[in-house]
Amino acid sequence: MAEILLQMENIQKYFTGVHALDDAFLSVNYGEVHALVGENGAGKSTLMKILNGIYKKDGGRIIYKGKEVEIDTPQQAQSLGIGMIHQELNLMPHLTVAENIFIGKEPLKGVFLDKKRANIEAGELLRSLNIEIDPAAPVNTLSVAKQQMVEIAKALSYNSELLVMDEPSAALTENEIQELFKFIRNLKNKGNGIIYISHRLDELPEIADRVTVMRDGQYIGSACMKDITKQQIISMMVGRTIYEEPKTKSSVPVDAPVVLDVRELTAGYNVKKVSFTLRKGEILGFAGLMGAGRTETMRALFGADPVESGDIFVNGQKVRIKSPSDAIKHGIGYLSEDRKGFGLAVGLSVRDNCVMTNLEEYTKNLLVDDKRIQEVTEEYIDKIAIKTPSTMQLVKNLSGGNQQKIVVAKWLIRNCDILIFDEPTRGIDVGAKSEIYKLMTKLTEEENKSIIMISSDMPELLRMSDRIMVMCEGRITGELDISEVSQEQIMALATMNM
Amino acid sequence: MENTTLNKAKKPSFGLHKLLALSVLVILYVFFSIFGNNFLSWDTLINILNASYYIGFMAIGVTFVIITGGIDLSLGTTLMTSALIGGAAYNMLGWSIAASLVLTILTATAFGILNGVMVAYLKLPPFIATLGSQMVGMGFGAIVTKVMTMRYPTVGTEDAWFKYVFYMTDPNSPIGRFPVGALWLLAAFLVASVLLNQTRFGRYTYAIGSNREAARLSGIKTRRWLALIYTLCGFFSGLAGIFFAAAYTTIIPGTGNGLELLAIAGVVIGGTSMSGGVGSLTGTMIGVFVMSVLKQGLMSMGLQGHWQTFFTGIVVIGAVLLDNYRIAAANRVKKPT
Repeated sequence: MAEILLQMENIQKYFTGVHALDDAFLSVNYGEVHALVGENGAGKSTLMKILNGIYKKDGGRIIYKGKEVEIDTPQQAQSLGIGMIHQELNLMPHLTVAENIFIGKEPLKGVFLDKKRANIEAGELLRSLNIEIDPAAPVNTLSVAKQQMVEIAKALSYNSELLVMDEPSAALTENEIQELFKFIRNLKNKGNGIIYISHRLDELPEIADRVTVMRDGQYIGSACMKDITKQQIISMMVGRTIYEEPKTKSSVPVDAPVVLDVRELTAGYNVKKVSFTLRKGEILGFAGLMGAGRTETMRALFGADPVESGDIFVNGQKVRIKSPSDAIKHGIGYLSEDRKGFGLAVGLSVRDNCVMTNLEEYTKNLLVDDKRIQEVTEEYIDKIAIKTPSTMQLVKNLSGGNQQKIVVAKWLIRNCDILIFDEPTRGIDVGAKSEIYKLMTKLTEEENKSIIMISSDMPELLRMSDRIMVMCEGRITGELDISEVSQEQIMALATMNM
Repeated sequence: MENTTLNKAKKPSFGLHKLLALSVLVILYVFFSIFGNNFLSWDTLINILNASYYIGFMAIGVTFVIITGGIDLSLGTTLMTSALIGGAAYNMLGWSIAASLVLTILTATAFGILNGVMVAYLKLPPFIATLGSQMVGMGFGAIVTKVMTMRYPTVGTEDAWFKYVFYMTDPNSPIGRFPVGALWLLAAFLVASVLLNQTRFGRYTYAIGSNREAARLSGIKTRRWLALIYTLCGFFSGLAGIFFAAAYTTIIPGTGNGLELLAIAGVVIGGTSMSGGVGSLTGTMIGVFVMSVLKQGLMSMGLQGHWQTFFTGIVVIGAVLLDNYRIAAANRVKKPT
């Protein structure tokens, strides 16, 4: 029987009012690659951040090498021998491989850096891992896969026995993935334990020994890879009871006109020949996992990022959209997933934000017409029930739900007919969520708006959408009518590598 | 949570800094009136006003730029260069003084456009772009004038009206010695305030400084507006150039750098945040006057120029420290929500 390296039991974590982890469990053996899977927001990252000392757990035990340990800081995790390889690599691109590996513990000769010894020691470490990299090479001259190996070598230089890898294969080509896998097997044979987080279910049988599934912050189950199918993993990932009634059939009349027709839109590295249509009064859901290219698609459509190729038709007319102001002219509004980063100027007032899209309309004789701005802001505060003490309140002092409503107001005041909601309820509490849902329904049913909704929240997709497009790695992998959709189907399409 | 938001709304964090700056100004004035030699007099007041014009105009222009989160280091040399070019037209080419002043303004505006294009369209960091144009401007002025000092009309010459209109009224006129420059500065301040507070230009200035990407995604043509804001700043440096010429008559090539820092210091004392999105022209004016009161006051106590520099430095640091403390305090209040 294999010996247990790490056991996390009964882990609890609360974020202001949200029970993020409820009885989470994970057990990893020496010499094992253990896959950790779950939807976005299932709690994988939170659990790993607790293991790494970034978050403090609110309950439960961590047993590492047979002893109960408290991990309060990443430094403690490091000294225990727990190494974390983040999805975004934490290397300093202009420094050499050796400098990166020994950052914070540079070999010294007196008060001076001993570069020679650093290079020799780094070289030895890399050789022992069968990595062929020149320790004196600057990191930014290496391929992404090689950089990842440097990061792993860096983690191992702290004598790490447990490595956490967050989506290590996401940015790699097929050849590079094989290189990485070879390397991981090598580590495994030396007795290291590896927690392997991935959305790519297809690659798990090749690399993982066991798998643990999480959902909604809870432990769902573990199994040996050879005893479980992809289908079974998917049903564990999504097999929740849906409390809110999902839509059973589309509420859009069959003869509703197409308001937006996107054909073979290609942009950046993550939008590949995306085609879809949106009809009047429809809520079109976009499903997919993190990095599926949904936000990138919408940003390209909105003119926020440059488009390489593809055609866009609004109300049957071909349009050219080169900047957000072009998109807005054609009645398209984009409500970003990152409200504070892209949606709002939080240091400004409710009023200033509300008319930011449409200040031309509220200008008279070159002067801004504050009286009418006040009126229209009050009108929309009423209309969509924004809770704010005054129109002059700074947006940063409002709750997430109310901030989101201000973003909505902003686009309604501009009179946009096509609204793109990107993760409309992320970071919003339950009550505010249902208000946003009500608002979206009202917009489509009473005001004839058409909505594209990107969401990673499965119940939300099923409750709100009339039709669902599924994306994976920059491509549309499926289109599902709400009357025939199942969570399993969506997840299968969302993890389908093409 | 509802309650905390309600409480916050009653005291907007915005006015507090202005109030503080204003009280510093009053305290300084009272202090020097008591301890200074002959400080409380019409002459001293005129001197305080006179010391403020050109700094004031630059400070008004650069307030817009700083609210966008940018900076303009070329103010001082743009002031000198534009005054030099205007002076060259007047001295060397025999242009009328009026036409020369128009050329002064146009030259400064051109430098503003240059800065705007570099920052908004070529995406150079404002610090670097305007540092470059500072040096280019200084060199350009010296090259054009062949390193000769330019002279503007002075009292007693044919074009003396220039001094009477932009600096000080004719002492022999019915109203006597009156600092007209102060009225011009007041007018510029009022016009700029309308521009900042009541036009799209002003709203977009705040929007760009608060969150440039959100502004762009709201359909605001951020690059165009940003270029315009730098252009406006150049225009104000040109105004500053005219008033500098009216006050000091001679313009020497190769000078001017360092003046921009006084203007920026005034803006900062007035509570405009270097990180953008927050700021006011009222604050800027108070900041500018804090510096000139300090200057005249220290002089009235028999302390010379280097003391003024020393204490201005202390006030700048103190103003920003105070602001940091105020923001931290405001955030502490907000935490429980």
